[in-house]
Amino acid sequence: MASITLNHLVKKYGDGFPAVNDISIDIADGEFIILVGPSGCGKSTLLRMIVGLEDITDGDLLIDGQRVNDKAPRDRNLAMVFQNYALYPHLTVYENIAFPLRLAKGKHSEDQVNKLVTEAAATLELTDHLQRKPANLSGGQRQRVAMGRAIVRQADAFLFDEPLSNLDAKLRGQMRSEISQMQRRLGVTSVYVTHDQTEAMTLGDRVAVLKKGELQQIASPRELYEQPVNLFVAGFIGSPSMNFLPATLEGTTLRTALGDISIPEDKARKAAGKRVVLVGVRPEFFEDAKLVEDSKRSHGSTFMATLTHTEWLGNEQYGYINFDPAPEMRELLNSLARDMDADELRPQVVVTLDAASRIRGGREAEIWLDTRKLHLFDAESGENLTRDAEAGAQLTREAAEDRAEEITTAQQADRDGGSAFGSNGTSGNGTSASGNATVDAGAGRSGGATAAGGKHAAG
Amino acid sequence: MTNTSTRNKVLWAIATILVLVYALFPVASILATSFKSPSDLTSGKFLPSSGTATTSNYEQILVGDAQGLFLSALRNSIGISLIATFIAVVLATLCAYAIARLDFPGKKLILTTALAVSIFPVISIVTPLFNLWRTIGLYDTWLGLIIPYLSLTLPISIWTLAAFFRQIPWELEQAAQVDGATTWQAFRKAIVPLALPGVFTTAIIAFFIAWNDFVYGISLTSTEAARPVPAALAFFTGASQFESPTGAISAAAIIVTIPVVLLVLLFQRQIVSGLTSGAVKG
Repeated sequence: MASITLNHLVKKYGDGFPAVNDISIDIADGEFIILVGPSGCGKSTLLRMIVGLEDITDGDLLIDGQRVNDKAPRDRNLAMVFQNYALYPHLTVYENIAFPLRLAKGKHSEDQVNKLVTEAAATLELTDHLQRKPANLSGGQRQRVAMGRAIVRQADAFLFDEPLSNLDAKLRGQMRSEISQMQRRLGVTSVYVTHDQTEAMTLGDRVAVLKKGELQQIASPRELYEQPVNLFVAGFIGSPSMNFLPATLEGTTLRTALGDISIPEDKARKAAGKRVVLVGVRPEFFEDAKLVEDSKRSHGSTFMATLTHTEWLGNEQYGYINFDPAPEMRELLNSLARDMDADELRPQVVVTLDAASRIRGGREAEIWLDTRKLHLFDAESGENLTRDAEAGAQLTREAAEDRAEEITTAQQADRDGGSAFGSNGTSGNGTSASGNATVDAGAGRSGGATAAGGKHAAG
Repeated sequence: MTNTSTRNKVLWAIATILVLVYALFPVASILATSFKSPSDLTSGKFLPSSGTATTSNYEQILVGDAQGLFLSALRNSIGISLIATFIAVVLATLCAYAIARLDFPGKKLILTTALAVSIFPVISIVTPLFNLWRTIGLYDTWLGLIIPYLSLTLPISIWTLAAFFRQIPWELEQAAQVDGATTWQAFRKAIVPLALPGVFTTAIIAFFIAWNDFVYGISLTSTEAARPVPAALAFFTGASQFESPTGAISAAAIIVTIPVVLLVLLFQRQIVSGLTSGAVKG
């Protein structure tokens, strides 16, 4: 296992365009780092620079304190899982997993290879498929073969390049929990690239948000969510995403298109001097004013608004309010949407309401807003004016403590439960095991004659 | 539903039969002619007249008068075509790999040059080559044919293989490198096995081009030292000057067709499409 240090890494292509621009990250031993950002933000390039598939234009890459800029991929002892799995189609699953061992000539005897491959296959529940070719496997199985190839190496770190983006939603959830548990058990340093923020939030110890080759913020998922450093991070993290309302600040009152909102004094003080700000409000900060408990009511402010429509989801409902910003503000909101890969929609506020709320579209209703949690952003620089750096750092520290504890627990459970990971009986593993059983039963029923048909279904 | 599919099947069957008849009738005719006795050649019938079918044409070219002419030509053809194919495939594999994978200056130039060479009319360079070869001593040698055959087989090999290499996901090679392979190992262990069907296909195409060539074969050779079969056929003579060698030529044509048919049948299994499916998400 190893720590990885990125020291002012720069990647410039022939035309001088910096795909990765001055990124510095310290990745601790055993840490799970997520690189996330809209397409074209340089996250995959950064990963490929770490593994050695892209040259580093400038800066230093250190693995365990040693500079590896000029080392070939094979000398870095890192394992990578590719987006399209990159399995060798002419080799069986067994040989695919054994491939890295066979390349290290003379290091492993045939018995050792056999032992390592069988162990890795057992971990990933691939034992029954060892003699099959990748073409005959389902998407999830291929994904696990790709991970087997990484596990068997005992590499210093795992690098994942959007490993789940080719799977369907259900399988993605399963594999996500498997990757997470595997990483905890093995305690291996991991860097994971994704554009899916559910993956980013659930897997990562720390998440690095990238935009146009530049690191915006790296912090625990909770810090990103609660104390974003700027407009981009605030808008990118969270679903439905944060609402941005243009407002003018007068004392402690924000004049917005939705009406006047009075905010706590400390927030107003931080934004003092700025005439125009963007108010960042997460949908769940809103509530139907009728349903707010009296004890909470004083923490917020209410306003009257007409919802265009509501969506009832069972546990909660979303309401939508259209508003009309000033033209220059509209331009700002549009460019923000472009940065985030979204379409330029008409300006809209999404509010999350209690499932019991009777507010419906078309009627004017009173909506309550928790003003303690909202953020004010500088309209020009996008900087978060009300960010509490200390509170944010505290959240990330807590996350680090939790992680250390989880790793110890997982490894302890591992020792107690024997070497096979599958025997731990954790809920995630249980789900995946039953999922596999179903797939296998289906394959069994269809029999050998229709194996070709199954192949197509899998592909 | 069933109606249309049955009708479709019938239509397809008819179309297939038409194409087969169109393609195979000449072959069948030559086959029939090769068994005709000289006196039967002008009978105007498709099959040899009953009772006169003979293998004398085959005997003539394999063990009889024309043996020297035919067998040496066969040896030349096989040798020259195999060597030319082998060189073309090896060179084209490396070249196509570079073209598909690397970005280097002059890449377009190589491809367009290859294309230009392949569309260049062969007949126009035969005369200069003839003079050049005579001067430098390559005339009527194997090498003297292998070199021009390379100019025919290389361009098409490069183009087919480059197209084939482009289909192989690059990630496979990168994965191999991350797994601990050198560039050469990654090429040999991850790319070559996948490229084999493409290489086989290319080799077969290249072999046929060399095997079928007539213009170079007849212009750049003068003796049995290097003359290939297509050229040698033109030198067949009848038993007397009043007999045409049609039967012998037909027999020779059938014999030189056999390797081609065999090759296709043998490598049909190697040319498995879809070997790469499963490498990527599919």
